[in-house]
Amino acid sequence: MQLSDLIHHPDFDYLTPQLAVTGDIPHVRSCDLLSWVMAKGQKGEAWVTVQTHSNIVAVASLLELGCIILPESLQPDEETLQKALSSEVPLLSTSLDTYGIMQLFFQT
Amino acid sequence: MKFEYTITTQNFTTAGEASSNTKKTLKLLGIDSKIIRRAAIMAYEAEMNIAIHSRGGKIQLEIEAHRITIVAEDQGPGIADIDLAMKEGYSTASHEIREMGFGAGMGLPNMKRCADSFDISSTPGGKTRVVMTLNL
Repeated sequence: MQLSDLIHHPDFDYLTPQLAVTGDIPHVRSCDLLSWVMAKGQKGEAWVTVQTHSNIVAVASLLELGCIILPESLQPDEETLQKALSSEVPLLSTSLDTYGIMQLFFQT
Repeated sequence: MKFEYTITTQNFTTAGEASSNTKKTLKLLGIDSKIIRRAAIMAYEAEMNIAIHSRGGKIQLEIEAHRITIVAEDQGPGIADIDLAMKEGYSTASHEIREMGFGAGMGLPNMKRCADSFDISSTPGGKTRVVMTLNL
């Protein structure tokens, strides 16, 4: 799955369109424990989380994750959005639940 | 080369900046990316621990030719049982903090796992000091 495929997918809203995206997403992870992601997260992967506060951007930026996906139409805090832009972390929201997101990755 | 970052208690807006600056500095110096990742994790977990559990504190980063040293020191209230605090999954974080995805009980184990040397000292009611090094 290319990150560009994801941002153009009809079920996804790309919340940081100011950021140009390139590259493949090698892996997807669903987790809401920040230290768990800190321990296991790999460069380039997509991270699905229901956490919407700005610290998710700090984690994604430090690990150079490919993007953050908020499932089930969750929206980020304004602070999170601004931090995602300044840290250049692509941020997406989707109407899909985590199962639906995983299905999408599995099918491609 | 030495840097020092002040960490304010319960401020999750700025939490992450010390580790972000640590990463940027190491990147500018051309340090190996695997070392940078480990240093970033160590600094992040130390920073979050200070923000979540303490009255505030500081993170010091020292870069030498052969070693990176990260020292995290807070203003208390100290850890009652360090062995228990080092156990993966153990946390004293509040329910509200856990709901934010913090307090998984992995902070100290993550730091120890990433460091080449790890030393923690604490007295109940007093300060906690963590000294971690990475060999270059």
